[in-house]
Order: sequence, then structure tokens, then C-alpha cells
Amino acid sequence: MTNDLARWQFATTSIYHFLFVPVTIGLAFLVAILQTAWHRNGRPEYRQLTRFFGTLLLINVAVGVVTGLVQEFEFGMNWSVYSRFVGDVFGGPLAMEGLAAFFLESTFLGLWLFGWDRLPKRIHLACIWMVAIGAMLSALFIMAANSWMQHPVGYTLNHQGRPQLNNVGALFTNPTFLWGYVHVLLAAMVTGSLVMLAVSAWYLRKQREVEAFQRTASLSLAVLIPSIVLALFVGSELGVVETKYQPMKIAAAEAQWSNCQPCSFSLFQIGGGKNDMTPSQIIEVPHLLSLLATNSWNGKVVGLTQLQAEYEKRYGPGNYVPDVFIQYWSMRIMAYLASLVLLLALWGAWLLHRGTLARSKWFLRCSIWAVVSPFLMNTAGWMLTENGRQPWIVQGLMKTVNASSPSVSSTDIWISLVVFVAIYAALGAADVILMLRYARKGLDHEDEREADGSMPATGGAGAIPALTY
Amino acid sequence: MQLHTLWFIILAVVWIGFFVLEGFDFGVGVLHTIVGRGEIERRVALNTIGPFWDGNEVWLVVAGAGTFAAFPGWYATMFSALYLALLLVLAALMARGVAFEFRGKSENSRWRNTWTWCTTLGSLFVPLLLGVGLGDLLNGLPIDASHEYTGDFFDLLTPYGLWTGVTILGLCLLHGATFLMLKTTDAVRERARGLAPALGWAAVALVLGFVIWTRVVVGHTQVPGPVEVLALIAVVFAARLARSEHHEGLAFTASATAIAATIGSIFIDLYPNVMVSSTSTAFNLSVNNSASGHYALVVMSIVVVLFLPLVLAYQGWSFYVFRARVQAPPAQAE
Repeated sequence: MTNDLARWQFATTSIYHFLFVPVTIGLAFLVAILQTAWHRNGRPEYRQLTRFFGTLLLINVAVGVVTGLVQEFEFGMNWSVYSRFVGDVFGGPLAMEGLAAFFLESTFLGLWLFGWDRLPKRIHLACIWMVAIGAMLSALFIMAANSWMQHPVGYTLNHQGRPQLNNVGALFTNPTFLWGYVHVLLAAMVTGSLVMLAVSAWYLRKQREVEAFQRTASLSLAVLIPSIVLALFVGSELGVVETKYQPMKIAAAEAQWSNCQPCSFSLFQIGGGKNDMTPSQIIEVPHLLSLLATNSWNGKVVGLTQLQAEYEKRYGPGNYVPDVFIQYWSMRIMAYLASLVLLLALWGAWLLHRGTLARSKWFLRCSIWAVVSPFLMNTAGWMLTENGRQPWIVQGLMKTVNASSPSVSSTDIWISLVVFVAIYAALGAADVILMLRYARKGLDHEDEREADGSMPATGGAGAIPALTY
Repeated sequence: MQLHTLWFIILAVVWIGFFVLEGFDFGVGVLHTIVGRGEIERRVALNTIGPFWDGNEVWLVVAGAGTFAAFPGWYATMFSALYLALLLVLAALMARGVAFEFRGKSENSRWRNTWTWCTTLGSLFVPLLLGVGLGDLLNGLPIDASHEYTGDFFDLLTPYGLWTGVTILGLCLLHGATFLMLKTTDAVRERARGLAPALGWAAVALVLGFVIWTRVVVGHTQVPGPVEVLALIAVVFAARLARSEHHEGLAFTASATAIAATIGSIFIDLYPNVMVSSTSTAFNLSVNNSASGHYALVVMSIVVVLFLPLVLAYQGWSFYVFRARVQAPPAQAE
């Protein structure tokens, strides 16, 4: 009971946190590009666009940062047995994240936000790049820590049976980490560019500020197209790595109970709940699963039944099969939406080429609604990754059921779960209200007159902006 | 020196860094409605910490994550023992964190009032509760042989822990007032100067009580250590200097020193323990029985040596960039 509640809490808070993280990483990079463009060509609309998308970035960062604090504390609060067990290895990347990435991102965000009229232009531009780099580095360390839970490397077990780090390089050359980190970065670029595309499409639909938002529509497509193609490719390579180290995860994602060679991929299935070993799989694409899981046309995929038998032999009695229903569908939601996004991006590229993007009603309409898809894909991706590791919290070393805090009662977790859900709902509502309000507000042309010197800068030259907050 | 002792010192320094920096953010957060009468003045007060508070808060994240990396046993016991207290800390940190960013983004007065309250209460509860937690580390909590906490939420609210919490809150308020004196002009600055001596003498009383009570808790010696004496001297200086408009920089230095010495003294009295068990001293968590292995500590020490100077450099630079006083724009002054 306590353990289940702790799992619910972690799932809820981390899924929520990761709604904001990829927007931060993706948008910080895109805003940095906009400001670089302004720095190079000096056109005022690039400054306006930088400030416009910068405001959306800041609103989003606020929630991302505070929900990240919860993640940092939650390991010790809810998972004290886990924390005591893994801290020697797992704590390292978390501390590195704080020192090398989070400090960088937070300090330079303050410098960027308040430094508009105070810092030399070039230095101010460097600040937004530091924010973008900090955000990407943050993800690097967190992914190194998470990948260690998926595929533990670089440790020995001490006399108490606890893992102790003996090779820090291995944490950062872990194949699960390398492919996983690149996949997360690409997913963040897809997210950021889809957000920028949706906002731009909304303005183009309304025929407001057409010239400026045509530029950001092009920019977002230029980032989106390579990102989504690479994300699909890297995602499938990550699948191959996982087939090697976490075969249960991939077999469950296809609901593959029996061994197969070659293996086909089913587009849909009916049934396939917890104990349903014979779901009706509909429209099977021959060889596709072999290709996805092993990178070869006739590759063999070991089914769940045999894996279960092997794991029982190795780790003792128990159920080692993750929830097949969640695996199967999160895999498909992610892959199908990604394919749709790829089609949208190609459609956009074709319209750009023809020069009719700003007038294509249907493309703009689809682009606005497509903003929902990255959030669904990202969530599905994490469900696939984390659910697929179950029943383990650290693959092969510790089970989730043994990892929660013994001193914390289910009442405690109920209270915290309710508090977090209430706060997150309120933050979400405030965030959406502000995002919509500022997304619709348009570009700030007054700001431009101020920069030209035709309007006095607030507080006189060199003063600290008094009314930024 | 052994590596786990070095890491104990590093974490103490990070906690000191956190309270010295974020301490004035907390003070400004609580005081901003008192020193700022109208909307513009309130915003001026909040914008004094605008460029800094986010970076300052990372010190807390590093304190938590550093404990996880260097002393997993300490991290596990402390965070699960302080469960509901930390829940409140998180709620308060979240409320004030988004409040800074969200507050100014709508003209609606209900919207602004909501975030004003979030800033005030959030800034009040975080130092109070963290102070209670730090006091409890030294005072002792019911911890059993397997290093698990056996009490409930109310066992955390020990009288000594509460006094420590109020002391740290009091120091943060004083620190916020001296920071506002240093960073504002006109009416806001004058109101901050009006508040500072009273806050200063209250802090003197709190720190004096804390030092005496700590002697009772620690037990083995009745003489306060040099760092505790330093805390007392510094807080007295801060209270005296706070009256004058010519010594704002010194007053701020004194309040910073008082916070640093108070937090530092807790860690000095704690060592070599990291959490005292009130059940039996045999169950105390110490640097010896809760630390990571040698290799992990070496790696993390290298990371600290590489990155902490860099962090200090760019954070210091950001304080230099925004060294000027914050002033309401003339056209909009009330």
C-alpha cells in the first residue's frame, strides 16, 4: 500500500515535471537562436521575437524549476531504502547536475532577464546561450543517473551488498545513457519547435504580425524536421540497446509472450491486459519488430514466457514481467504520434518551399493542435522506459517493492500526494493562463522605441530594471 | 584529513552559502509588503533580489544532492524523518518560486495579492522549517539501530529545534532588511532602516538564547566556541550599525557574518555526528557510518574543486553587474 502510493506519487510528480523540462530545453535553444539572429542582422523584429518567446520560456521555467525541487527531495523522502542503497553511485550525477548545470542555468537566466539594457549586447547574448547549455547539461546528468537504474555499470558490490562506484567514466559511456540522452535532447527540440510552430501558426491564422511569425514558423520547421527524423532513428537504436540489457522491456512493448524469429510488429491489438497472453493482434507488419529490436531483418526476440523462466532461475521466484498493456500502448502512442509529427513537418517544408505556408489554412490549423502531441509523446516515452524496468527500481539489483521509506506511513504519503496534486493543479492553471495571455499578447513594439532611444529607458541608463518582476 | 570529514566541511559551507545568499531573499520576501507601501514600491523591493534568488536557491539543491552523493545514509534518514516538514518546505518553495515570476504578469489585484501572500508566507516558512530541521539534527530525533526514524511529525517540533528555526528566521529578516537598505533608495530604504534596529536586537536576543541553549544540548562544555562568539558579536554589530545610513555595507556584512557563524556553529557542534539519535547514542549517524566509498568521494571532490570556484566567479559577477540600487522609474513614482 505505502509502496504503491509512493510509486503513484513519483509517477505523478515526475510526469508533471517533465511536461516543463523539454519545453525549457527546446525553447531556450530556439530563443538563443533568435537572439543570435538579432545580434547578426540587427532587425528589430528579431529582438521583439526574442523577448516574446523569452517571456514564454520564463513562465515555463518557473514551474519547471520548482517542480524539479520536488524530484530532488523525493528520493530521500519516499525512497529512503533506495537512497541509502544507491547514493554512492546515483547521488554523484545528481550533485554534479546542481554544481555544473543548475547553477549555470539559474544564474545566467537572472543575468539575461535583468541584463537587457545593462549588459553589452554580446555578453547578453552569451547569457542566453549559457541558459540553453545549462538546461542541456542538466538533462545530461539526470539521464546518466536514470540510465544507471536501467543498466547499472561502473560499480562493485561492497561487503554489505551495496553498489559502490569504481568507474565514473562508465556512467557516461553507458550505452543506455548515450542513446537515451540524445533521444531526450531530440525530444526536447521537437517539443520546443512544436510550441514555437503552434504559436507562429496561430498568428499567421489571425494574420497578425505575419512577417515576423513567418520567420519563426520557418525556424521552428528547420529545427523540427531534423529533430523528429533523428528522434525516430535514435529511439529505435535505443530499443536495440534495451533489447540487449532489458529484454523484458521490449518484449512487453510488443506483447510478445512466445519467442519469434523473424518477428512482426502489430499495429493494434485488442485485449492484452495483465494476464491476457493471447490478445488479438491486428495488421501485422512482417519483420518490423526484428528490425526495431535487433537491427537485423531476421533477428530473434525472446518472448516474455522464456524471459520470466530465465529471471526466476537467476533472481528467485517472483513476477518479472512489467505491465504489458502500458508497455504496448505507450510504445505505440509515442511512435504513431512521432510519425504524424514527421508528416506535418514534411508538409510544412513543402509549403515553405512553395512559399504558401502563411496562407495554408489547414496546415496552420493542424500545427496549432499539434502542440498537444509532444507532451503525449514525452509522457508515453517515460512510461515505456520506467514501467518497462519494473519490478526493478535498479535493474537486477533492487526491486521497487523493497525500496520505499519504512518510517513513512501511508497517511504521510496520502497527505503529500494530495498537497502536490493540489499545488500542481494550481500551478498548471496559472501557467496555462499566463502562457495563453502572453502568447496572444503580440510583439512588444513599445519595447523597440525604448531601445531606439526615442523613449526613456525605465529608471535611466545603467539602472537595475525596477519593474521586471 | 579524511575525505568524509572534508565532505562534511563542504556541505557545511554549502549550507552557509545557502543561508547567507538566500537568507536575504527570504528576508526581502517577508518584508516587501512592509517596506513597500504601494504597488511600485513593493515591486522595487522584490526586484532587488530579482536577478539573484533563483541562483541562490541552487545552493539548497546542491546541499541536498551533495548529501545524497557523499552521505547516502544521512540523506536517506534525514529526508524520510523530516517528511512532512520537508513537504511544507517544498510547498513554500514552490509558492514563492513561481510567485516572483508570475506576480507582475497581470494587473489584476486579486492575482497580485495571491502571489504577494505566496511570497510572504513562503519566505517565512522555508527558513523557519529548515532551521527546525537543522536544530533537530543536533538535538536528536528518535532513530533506531537500523537508522530509521521512529517518531512522527510532532516529534520534530522539539523546543530547541523551534528556537533554532525562529533564530534563523530572525537572522534572515535582519539580513533582508540590511540588504534592502543597501539596494534601494528613498522611502523603501528609509523604512528598511526603520525596521532594521528592532529586527537586529530581536536577532541578538534569539542568537544569545540559541548559544546558551546549544551549550545545554551539547552538554560536554559550558563555554561557547569561537564561532558562536563570532555570531553574537556580528549580530550585535549588525543591530548597532543598522541605524546609520553611512554603514549600510558594513551592516550587511555583519548580518551575513552572523548567519554564516550561526549555521557554521551548528555543524561544528554536530561533528563527527550528522544526526543524533535521541533513542541511544549508539544509533547516531556519523560521518563514518553514513558516507559513500572512497572512490565516489574522490570523484565528487574533484567535481567540487573544478566547479565551485567557477560558480563563485559567475555568481559574484552577477552581483557586480547588478550592484546599483533599485529605484522606481521617475515617471511612475507614486
